[in-house]
Amino acid sequence: MAVDRRKFLKAAGLVAFGVAASPLTSAAQEVDSLNLIKPEELLQEKPLTAKRWAMVIDLKKCLDHENVKDCAKACHEEHNVPFFDNPKDEIKWIWDEEFHNAFHEANHEHIAEKYHHIKVPVLCNHCDNPPCVRVCPTQATWRREKDGIVMMDWHRCIGCRYCIVACPYGSRSFNWRDPRPHIEKINENFPRRMRGVVEKCTFCEERLAKGQIPACVEVAKNDAIVFGDLEDPNSKVRELLRERFSLRRKAALGTQPEVYYLV
Amino acid sequence: MLEKALSGDKRYWTWIAFLLLVIGVGTLAYLKQYNEGLGITGLSRDVTWGFYIAQLTFLVGVAASAVMVVLPYYLHNFKAFGKITILGEFLAIASVIMCMTFVFVDLGQPTRMVNMFLYPSLNSVLFWDSVVLSVYLLLNLLISWVMLGAEKKDIAPPKWIKPLIYLSIPWAVSIHTVTAFLYSGLAARPFWLSAVIAPRFLASAFAAGPALLIIICMLLRKLTKFDAGDKAIDKLAVIMTYAMSINIFLILMELFTALYSGIPEHISHFEYLFLGIGDKTALVPWMWFSIFLAIVSLIILHFPKLRANYNLLALGSVAVFFSIWIDKGMGMVVTGFVPNPLGIVTEYLPTLPEVLITIGIYALGALIVTGLYKIALAVKEKAA
Repeated sequence: MAVDRRKFLKAAGLVAFGVAASPLTSAAQEVDSLNLIKPEELLQEKPLTAKRWAMVIDLKKCLDHENVKDCAKACHEEHNVPFFDNPKDEIKWIWDEEFHNAFHEANHEHIAEKYHHIKVPVLCNHCDNPPCVRVCPTQATWRREKDGIVMMDWHRCIGCRYCIVACPYGSRSFNWRDPRPHIEKINENFPRRMRGVVEKCTFCEERLAKGQIPACVEVAKNDAIVFGDLEDPNSKVRELLRERFSLRRKAALGTQPEVYYLV
Repeated sequence: MLEKALSGDKRYWTWIAFLLLVIGVGTLAYLKQYNEGLGITGLSRDVTWGFYIAQLTFLVGVAASAVMVVLPYYLHNFKAFGKITILGEFLAIASVIMCMTFVFVDLGQPTRMVNMFLYPSLNSVLFWDSVVLSVYLLLNLLISWVMLGAEKKDIAPPKWIKPLIYLSIPWAVSIHTVTAFLYSGLAARPFWLSAVIAPRFLASAFAAGPALLIIICMLLRKLTKFDAGDKAIDKLAVIMTYAMSINIFLILMELFTALYSGIPEHISHFEYLFLGIGDKTALVPWMWFSIFLAIVSLIILHFPKLRANYNLLALGSVAVFFSIWIDKGMGMVVTGFVPNPLGIVTEYLPTLPEVLITIGIYALGALIVTGLYKIALAVKEKAA
């Protein structure tokens, strides 16, 4: 959404009021005098676009636990993610995970000490071949063709939770209870969810549309998280992937995750 | 014909009143869930499907098992089943309705259920499952009603019903195959990622369904004038014996593949199921009880002399039914989530409201079966 919703609604409301309150002949005049925001003003922020968005996370920089925690905090505040004080009802879009949980197959008994201290930020992988999309019975979640973001429609979701069952990364959460009383600080610019629907990370598609990078990327210190277009050979993500060895979570399953971890 | 369900003796109405009471309690529990959300169940971020979906899985099997009386009667002209095909079909109707109710109560946004048909997703096995179940329900409603109507009027059933009866046979197989595909096509869940899930579902269905029919036939013998006949019951017992044996065989195949291959992700689920992981052992006593029941049933069923004793056969049937109810329900569904894809062990047990809702739905099924059987038996009594 390039148009700020509040501004738009305000403007639309005033237009409607103006039209209703005055004879049609003078409506144009009225509107003019209301000092309305012009469409070109609303669209001044140029959206960020890509053929395929991808994320590169540098594990070396994840030794700084505060950094990882800050990313999650920024994301959850931005998206009105509720906080539940128990793992049962928990909702999380991005969180930190032990190395051996995030990367079973890469872990072993004699692994370098530092890997025990890494907190791996995990989130939706925005797979090219997403199993969650395949199983959804209502097309409430889908992969956006233009940039590869796996989207979610909270108004269509029937809450069957099949997508959670199918996701190999545990990236999806279900609103077991009404989330609204559990939102610590409400962000009026982002919708809140209702009970009984699934939610997850959307690569901040609403921020991209306004020309902003994802919240976690913005907050992450030392370029711990880099975001960019995987199809663009000159992008920063491609550069990093060219230069450093990287892992993807459960790559063997063929889901083609688009979140890469630099080792 | 429906009016026949509305006349009965005091015992009949007491039973109906009891079922209505249980349904009422279940409905109240559901209203609580509707108002507060699925948070009142034992389900969690890690174990997202539980008791409800376990019942769905088990009952699709009971629904499909009607084919075990329909097929011998219509394809092999096994006359002894003539009297009980209608019992099988009516049981299937009640089971499918229970299945649909279980899906409904499991939804986070039940009022949006129609989205499944407004925005159908041809990739989704859940969509196909609802399609095949709906068609199966319609087929059984139509077939049983037409056949019973013809019996009532003492005329030959119309010719056009025959192809539909033949269609209902593979269709029964399809509903359970599609239900198995809900599980067996998910890369995220190694426990279910097995080609024998569908065959195993069919085998366990063809054991648990006939087991229930045997129990029902014996109850009807005791409580009503209807007698299915020894020949029919004995045949059902043989079907159950083979099906249960194949079911156990397939479970052992799963165990071999997981344990001999030694792949940790595959072993860990079986470890949780049979031994528990650390202090997380919620399902372990249930699974061993299921194994115990399976062994008891196999001993009774495999010796024709034991099987011929109807008290033992009744015991064997109950053992088969509950052994499969545990193994294919909670054992199959919940274990798929433990450990979760990150290797973390979160346990699940249903809560009281969840159990009350479940019992309420079973009471609804019992009510439907009771009403339909009342009609069928009244028609048969008059015809005889």
